Amino acid sequence: MVTVNAARVERTLAQGEDVAFGVRNLSFYYGREQVLRDVTLDIPRRRITAVVGPSGCGKSTFLRVLNRLYELTPGARAQGEVWFSGMNILDRKVDVVELRRRIGMVFQKPNPFPKSVYENVAYGPRIHGVRRRAQLDEIVERALRRAALWDEVKGKLRRSAFDLSGGQQQRLCIARALAMEPEVLLMDEPTSALDPTATARIEDLIAKLKADYTVVIVTHNMQQAARVSDLAAVFLTGGVMVEYDVTKKIFENPTNKLVEDYVTGKFG
Amino acid sequence: MSRRWRELVAFSLLGLFALGVLVALGAVLGFIAARGAPALSWEFLTAFPRRGMTEGGIFPALVGTFYLVLGTVIVALPLGVGAAIYLAEYAGDRTWTRIVRIGVNNLAAVPSIVFGLFGLAFFVKALGLGVSILSGSLTLALLVLPLLIRASEEALRAVPREFREGAYALGATRWQVVRSVVIPVAVPGILTGTILAVGRAAGETAPIMFTAAAFYTPRLPQSPLDEVMALPYHLYVMATESTAFWRTRHLQYGTALVLLGFVLTLYLWAAVWRARIRKGKRW
Repeated sequence: MVTVNAARVERTLAQGEDVAFGVRNLSFYYGREQVLRDVTLDIPRRRITAVVGPSGCGKSTFLRVLNRLYELTPGARAQGEVWFSGMNILDRKVDVVELRRRIGMVFQKPNPFPKSVYENVAYGPRIHGVRRRAQLDEIVERALRRAALWDEVKGKLRRSAFDLSGGQQQRLCIARALAMEPEVLLMDEPTSALDPTATARIEDLIAKLKADYTVVIVTHNMQQAARVSDLAAVFLTGGVMVEYDVTKKIFENPTNKLVEDYVTGKFG
Repeated sequence: MSRRWRELVAFSLLGLFALGVLVALGAVLGFIAARGAPALSWEFLTAFPRRGMTEGGIFPALVGTFYLVLGTVIVALPLGVGAAIYLAEYAGDRTWTRIVRIGVNNLAAVPSIVFGLFGLAFFVKALGLGVSILSGSLTLALLVLPLLIRASEEALRAVPREFREGAYALGATRWQVVRSVVIPVAVPGILTGTILAVGRAAGETAPIMFTAAAFYTPRLPQSPLDEVMALPYHLYVMATESTAFWRTRHLQYGTALVLLGFVLTLYLWAAVWRARIRKGKRW
């Protein structure tokens, strides 16, 4: 009953770009509980792919597989293959430090460190060995500009990150991820803790990031998925991906009846 | 009896018990303060004891306690915090860590006189450190270690998960996460634990009785291998072993008041500090 319109996705993919993540038969367990069932899909580069579904469908877990952050949870186990630039990242031999340098992540609740605005953005480069002050200054400014935050914070880089508003904090977290020059940005419901204005700014930002980054965004907000994403994968309870297609198609004419009910708000 | 009546009885009874605790504390403090206050003077704090301890002050005992406590912190802080970091961040929940944890809890349950005897047998005799500040500090360090480990582990575990995830997601190694994110956030909690440990170490008599404390020293200690006078031990010998202990009652109460004041000030400082940090927290 999985309806992946492979042909259509491939047509999209054929338009000049290739695959960022090749997920093959991914199953995931927390202890004995299975939260993802045999998920297979290709996530294109430099596109925004939304992962949507009701709570408990495993969409956040899916995102955490892509940078192996799930390993922080005791008893978590992934099966299958996830290909990223020629390597199966589920392979134990993969260097997660290097992997996470290339794959940034933004979380549900803005989680800046209890440090200054500057130190938050400089944290990533610092831990990867950038020491020179001038270079750090440059990285910080560039990242903050890309995250559309520079103009608001340029005068208060030394102030605590907690002095910023929620929306600013979330853009700071995006800047913190961008400072690593990642190839991919994973976003786990990045606007669920924000008001509509702040949400709109983040969505604008995401749309701009597409030019340089592969974005995978998890959201339970259907309108948001419709607004920002190029492709959408719909997960339903039990961790099954029931449909994966270009976003427009999923919202206008889903193949799967359950997906239709879900995207039109009959359950969720 | 009606339910409301029972409720009232239970409530008043429990309130009375709580009040009892306060009364007991107030009685001890008030008694010591009332009897000790007359002995307090600048001279009492800054002079050596004179005439077989029947006159003069407690200066060497104050200095001795300070050195002992300082030595205790120098030994116990790195050990305790290190063990806590290991338990909280690295060890996970395995048989081995459970054994370590049981060990820590048992260490906390060992009577202080046993630490004193162990210190005598091991540090003083076996290692040949003699009756000295060093032996006493090492013994006191063992005594406060469980307290420090527990307080530090608690502080480390209280660091929000979001901070760790944020750092891991940027490609930080475990040690980088611990060093640059977890420890800075946990420092206030660790320091509160340290202050409590200092208070505990300052007030103990049994662990230093055989390992560090001297009945009387004519001068201040010159090295960590010297024996020292210390407040709790000074109080103990004045009350039980000095030549004319009935004549030194006011000095004993004075010493008790100084010791109590020292420990209470530390605890109060820790409490106020903790409260202020809680208020300042914005995560």
